[in-house]
Amino acid sequence: MALSNVLETPLSGFNFDNAARNAALEGLYDGGQTPKPMKTGTTIAGVVFKDGVVLGADTRATSGEVVADKMCSKIHYIAPNIYCCGAGTAADTEKTTELLSSNLTIFSQTSGRNPRLVMAVNILQDMLYRYHGQIGASLILGGVDCTGNHLYTVGPYGSVNKMPYLAMGSGDLAALGILEDRYQQDMELDTAKELVRVAIHAGIMNDLASGNNIDICVITREGVDYIRPYQESEYKDSRNMKYRYRPGTTPVLTEKVVPLKLEVVQESVQQMETV
Amino acid sequence: MEKHCTNSQVKGVSTGTTILAATFNGGVVICSDSRASIGGEYVSSKTINKVIQVHDRIFCCMAGSLADAQAVIKAAKYNLSFHSVQMENPPLVIAAASVLKELCYHNKDELQAGFITAGWDKKKGPQVYVVSLGGMLVPQLVTIGGSGSTYIYGYVDAKYKPNMSREECLQFATNALALAMGRDNVSGGVAHLVVVTETGVEHVVVPGNKLPKFHDE
Repeated sequence: MALSNVLETPLSGFNFDNAARNAALEGLYDGGQTPKPMKTGTTIAGVVFKDGVVLGADTRATSGEVVADKMCSKIHYIAPNIYCCGAGTAADTEKTTELLSSNLTIFSQTSGRNPRLVMAVNILQDMLYRYHGQIGASLILGGVDCTGNHLYTVGPYGSVNKMPYLAMGSGDLAALGILEDRYQQDMELDTAKELVRVAIHAGIMNDLASGNNIDICVITREGVDYIRPYQESEYKDSRNMKYRYRPGTTPVLTEKVVPLKLEVVQESVQQMETV
Repeated sequence: MEKHCTNSQVKGVSTGTTILAATFNGGVVICSDSRASIGGEYVSSKTINKVIQVHDRIFCCMAGSLADAQAVIKAAKYNLSFHSVQMENPPLVIAAASVLKELCYHNKDELQAGFITAGWDKKKGPQVYVVSLGGMLVPQLVTIGGSGSTYIYGYVDAKYKPNMSREECLQFATNALALAMGRDNVSGGVAHLVVVTETGVEHVVVPGNKLPKFHDE
């Protein structure tokens, strides 16, 4: 994205063109089934503690009833001091957070200022709102900036909420139960990490679409500790057989070689102007 | 999260709310509950802020879709701030209300948000304006909005008197909110009350269990 897009003031008023275009695109399928996007069917959670923020996520990505990815990374990098957990449609969360990260980096370099969490939240809110819910991304942003430790959630329709503890995704209710019960203000690092781990674990145990391992990301003034995986699943399977095939497993019956004749049609040399 | 959505007309998070604003002698009281819900069955936030300051002495309460309301208020804040810089003067309360109205009216097909704008300005003193869903703008002495308001029309009509004192008006507003939150399932949490006068702004928060009780036992 060019610099001008990031810093230029958008036209006032709302622009819902993309929502109309998306609805028209859906019409192309003529009432048939649009392809099912891969959803993360997730449990993500975040907690503010004394020295920073702890984010946590499971690592299962589902496509319908199949686990498409057992070690999916749901905690996305936004800035050195800001990370974002994403629930919803996997592609949407991935691309939205990538877009946010690039824009924030461009801004940071041109203005000479470190990015703040509120700016990331505002950019996300504007973008998701413009798409009127068509981008299926429920995000939890956490980070530490000069104004303190913050945790925000942005919904797919563009609603924003700021809380000291949050959970999103299909396993959110299970995780929220744990967080509501055990959250306290100004926790120590180890207490906070354990709380998030237990919350994600509750989501994994009680939600079919969440599972496998638990990733944790700790953000403080000193830096970021991305622990992947923080806890591995107790139910790891082991491969009984190797699936590689030796060369020669499939016999070659015939072989035909046709050389591709290419001839030079035109050759031109252009001098480059150098200083 | 998708499983929480039922046939509710608002897609995504809705404020399903109770909001109120009333003028008294020398100022206005603007207040709301703090619950955000999805599909009328899941409380997605117990502490959402629905009374937003759009300028030094002007506040807006939001009702309807949370995403739509937050977006409109954001645009209004920006517009008002710019307007205020151009005029080299604080904006009038009606200017704030008009900015909201323009957005609501011209995007009525896509938006589902209603507002109460209230505040104090030098020209007309304390004022309250209602901007409804379709973009109607109407000045009122006292007004209520949101899903919980249906339960307190009678109370407000009976108990409101123009030119009350500040304490009387605060008590009236607290009572009204408590009654509505007590009957409406999508209103609840804490009561946020803001008192705006010429001299300043005061924010009062009353936690749910400290609200006045009406035959609750």
